[in-house]
Amino acid sequence: MSSENITSDSKGNGAQPRSLVVGELVKEYVKGNPVLKGISFEVSGRTTVGIIGPSGTGKSTLLRCINRLIEPTSGTISIAGVDMVSMSGTGLRHARRRIGMVFQEFNLVERLSVIENILCGRLGYLPVWRAWLRKFPKEDIEKAFELLDAVGLTEFMTKRADELSGGQRQRVGIARAVMQNPAIIMADEPTSSLDPKTSVEIMETLNRFSEQQAIPVLINIHDVNLAQRFCDRIIGMSQGYVVFDGPPADLTSDHLKEIYGGEDWLA
Amino acid sequence: MAEQRKWERFTPAQRLARFTVFLLVGVAFAVSIRTVEVIPEFLYDAPQQVSDLLGRMWPVDYAHYQGGVHDALIETLNIATLGTVLALFLAVPVGLMGASNITRIPALNWFSKLILVSSRSVNTLVWAILFVAVFGPGALAGAVAIGFRSVGFCGKLIAEALEEVDSGPIEALKAAGAPWPSILLKGYWPQIAPAFWGIALFRWDINVRESSVIGLVGAGGIGVALNTSLNLFLWRQVSLILLCIFVVVILAEILVTRIRSRLI
Amino acid sequence: MSTQAGSRNPFKPNWLARIGWLILFAYCVYALSALHISWDRFVAGLGNGAEFIGELFPPNFSRWKLLLENLVETCEIAVIASAFGILFSLPIGLSAARNLMPEWLTWPARGLIAVCRSFHPVIFAILFVKAVGFGPLAGILTLIFASIGFIGKLFAEAIEEISLKPVEAMRAAGSPFMSVLIFAVLPQVLNRFIGFATYQFDSNLRNSTMVGIVGAGGIGGTLFAAFQRFDYDFLCTILLSIIALIMVSEYLASKIKEVFNG
Repeated sequence: MSSENITSDSKGNGAQPRSLVVGELVKEYVKGNPVLKGISFEVSGRTTVGIIGPSGTGKSTLLRCINRLIEPTSGTISIAGVDMVSMSGTGLRHARRRIGMVFQEFNLVERLSVIENILCGRLGYLPVWRAWLRKFPKEDIEKAFELLDAVGLTEFMTKRADELSGGQRQRVGIARAVMQNPAIIMADEPTSSLDPKTSVEIMETLNRFSEQQAIPVLINIHDVNLAQRFCDRIIGMSQGYVVFDGPPADLTSDHLKEIYGGEDWLA
Repeated sequence: MAEQRKWERFTPAQRLARFTVFLLVGVAFAVSIRTVEVIPEFLYDAPQQVSDLLGRMWPVDYAHYQGGVHDALIETLNIATLGTVLALFLAVPVGLMGASNITRIPALNWFSKLILVSSRSVNTLVWAILFVAVFGPGALAGAVAIGFRSVGFCGKLIAEALEEVDSGPIEALKAAGAPWPSILLKGYWPQIAPAFWGIALFRWDINVRESSVIGLVGAGGIGVALNTSLNLFLWRQVSLILLCIFVVVILAEILVTRIRSRLI
Repeated sequence: MSTQAGSRNPFKPNWLARIGWLILFAYCVYALSALHISWDRFVAGLGNGAEFIGELFPPNFSRWKLLLENLVETCEIAVIASAFGILFSLPIGLSAARNLMPEWLTWPARGLIAVCRSFHPVIFAILFVKAVGFGPLAGILTLIFASIGFIGKLFAEAIEEISLKPVEAMRAAGSPFMSVLIFAVLPQVLNRFIGFATYQFDSNLRNSTMVGIVGAGGIGGTLFAAFQRFDYDFLCTILLSIIALIMVSEYLASKIKEVFNG
C-alpha cells in the first residue's frame, strides 16, 4: 500500500498508461460563483483514492468534469496522456469508454437482466447493429461471466436488476464499470445508499479490482472512517479547494475541522 | 475451466412464440401488399399531388369566417357536449349492469359487454348516417350519434372503475341496512367520481373532434360547411375551416388538461 | 339528539356541486334549443327509427362475395397502414421527447404529431382522395398519419417519464447515442409502445371500415352505397360483419400482448 504522495511536483503531463492528471480545474455554474476553484492533483498506478468533503463542496462536480458529463469552465484534464478537455464527438466517446463510473444510485437498467447490465459496459466498443441484435462477441460474454463470478452474483445471472438488493445492484454496477477495461474507475458516493455492512463489502470489492486491474480508483465518499480504512490516499476538499492530499494516517482532526468545519461531530 | 457457458436472452418457448408472431405479422403484411389494389403510378405521383393540393389551399380565406363558419363551430361544440352528456347518462346504467361486483348475473354482464362492444365497433360516421336516416339531417342526428358511439367507450371505463371500488364502505352501508339507491349514491359514487369526471373530459375531447366531421354526412356542425366547400372546390375556404377545427381541438385539449390537473 | 338551538347538520349541503349540476341542466336546455331539438322531432324520429329497424332485419346475405372482398380490402388497409404507421412513429415519437432530444428536433416532431392528431382521419381521407384518387391508397396514407399522431404523442410522453439514470451511465461509458437509446431508453418503454401499437391497429381497423365513405377504400364505400340505395337489409349484414371483425381483432390483440409482455 505505497502512497504516491504527489502534490505540486508532477512528472510532466502524466504519460504513465494508468494515470489521471487534473490541472487548475475550475467550474462555475453561475458566473462569478465557482464551485471548483482550481483543483489540481495527479493519480497513477494501483491505488485507491478517497475524496472527502462536505455536501455541496463539488465532489460530484469534480468527477463529472473529469469525464465531461459536466463541462468544465477551465483547466486541464488528461487520462493516460489523452487530453480530455479538447475531445468531442467520437473522440470523446472513445475516451469515456476507458473511464469506468460507479453511481450512488447504481444507474442500472431495471428491466434488463444482471448479465445484460454488465454487458452494457461494452457498448462503447460495439457497433450499433450488434447492440440491437444483442450479438456480443464471445470474449465479451466470457468476460461478463468471469466478472459475474468475481462479484459473487453467479446465480443472479438472468434475474432482472430490479429484483436485486442495493448491495447486489452496486456490485453489478462495479462489474459493468470493469467490463469497460478502463484505465481508471471513478465511483460517486457508491456506498451512500447502502447499509454499513454492505458498504464495507463494496469498498472491499473496489479495492480488489484496483489491485487486480492495476488501475487507480477514485471514490467520492462522505464516511471518513470508511475512507481511512480502505483508501491509500485521501484528498480532502472544502469550499471548492483541495485542502488535504496525503495518506490516511496523516489525516488529523485539525484537517477534518478544516474540511468539515465545527467540532461537535468529531468522535 | 474450459466450460462454455451460454447466455440466452429468451427461453426456447419464448423464442418460438416471438418468432410465430413475427411470422404471422410478416405474412399478413406481405399478402396485403401483394393483393391490395394500389396503382403504383398513383403512389409515385402522390407527393406531387399532395403538394399541389396544399398549394391550392393557400392563402387561407379568412373572410369566409363570417359566412356561417362561426355559428357552425358553436353548433359543433354543442353537439359534442350534448352527445357526451347523453352518452354518460346511458353509460351509467349499462356500466352498472356490466360490473361483475354489482350485477351478479353473468348473462346481464355479458349483455352489457355486447352493447358496449357494438357501440364501439360502429364508427361515429356510420352512427351518424343511421341517425340521419331516422331523424333527418341536422344536429339532432349528430348529437344522438355521438352519444351512441360514446356509450361504449364510457361504459367500459365506468364498469372497470366500478369493479375496482373498495368494498369496505359498501359493506358498512349494507350492514347498516341502507337501501340500494343510497348505497349507490353514497358508497359507489364518491369512489368513482374522480374517474367518472376524467372519463367525461377524455371523451368530450374526442367528441369535439368527431363532431367536427359528422356534418360531412349531414349530421350538423362544421362538417356541413366543410362538405359544401369541398364540393365547390373552394380550397381556400377548406383550409380556413380546417384551421378553425385545428384551433378548436387544440383549445379543447388545453381546457381539458387544465381542468384535469386541477381535479387531480 | 341535541335539542340546542341551531343544531348542526353533519352533512353540509355541497353548494358547489349543486350549482354545478344546475349549470349542467341549464346548459342542456340551452343546447337543445340552440340545436333546434324539440320533443316533437324526437318522437317523430322514434317512429322513423322503428320503421328503420324493421327494414334492417332480417339481414340479407346474398351478396356475401362482395362483402368478403371488401372486408379483406379493409383488413389490408389496416395492416399496411399500421405497419408503416408503427414503423414511422418510433423515430418520430423519439424525436419528440424533450428530455433526450434538442429543440430543433422536438419542435417539428411535436408539430407534426399535433397536426396528425387534431384532425379526424376522415378529413385526411378526403384530402388524400383528392390528391391520389379513389381507392385503398388514400385510406392507407390516411391511417399512417393517424397512427403517427396517436402513437407518437403517447410514446413521446412515455419517454419523457423515464428515469434518465441509466442514460447517464451509458453516456459515461462512451456508448454511441443509438446504443444508449436501445439499451437505456427502449427497455423502459417498449412494453407501453407495444400496447400503443396494438391499440392503434385496432383503431386503424375500425377507421378503415369508415374511410370508404369518402372513397378511400374498404367496406365503408359499400356501406354508404347500400345506405343511399335504401338497401337496408344488406346494410344490416355489413354492420354485423363489421362488429364481428372488430371483436375478432380485439381478441387477437390481447393474445399478442400476452406474448410480448412475458
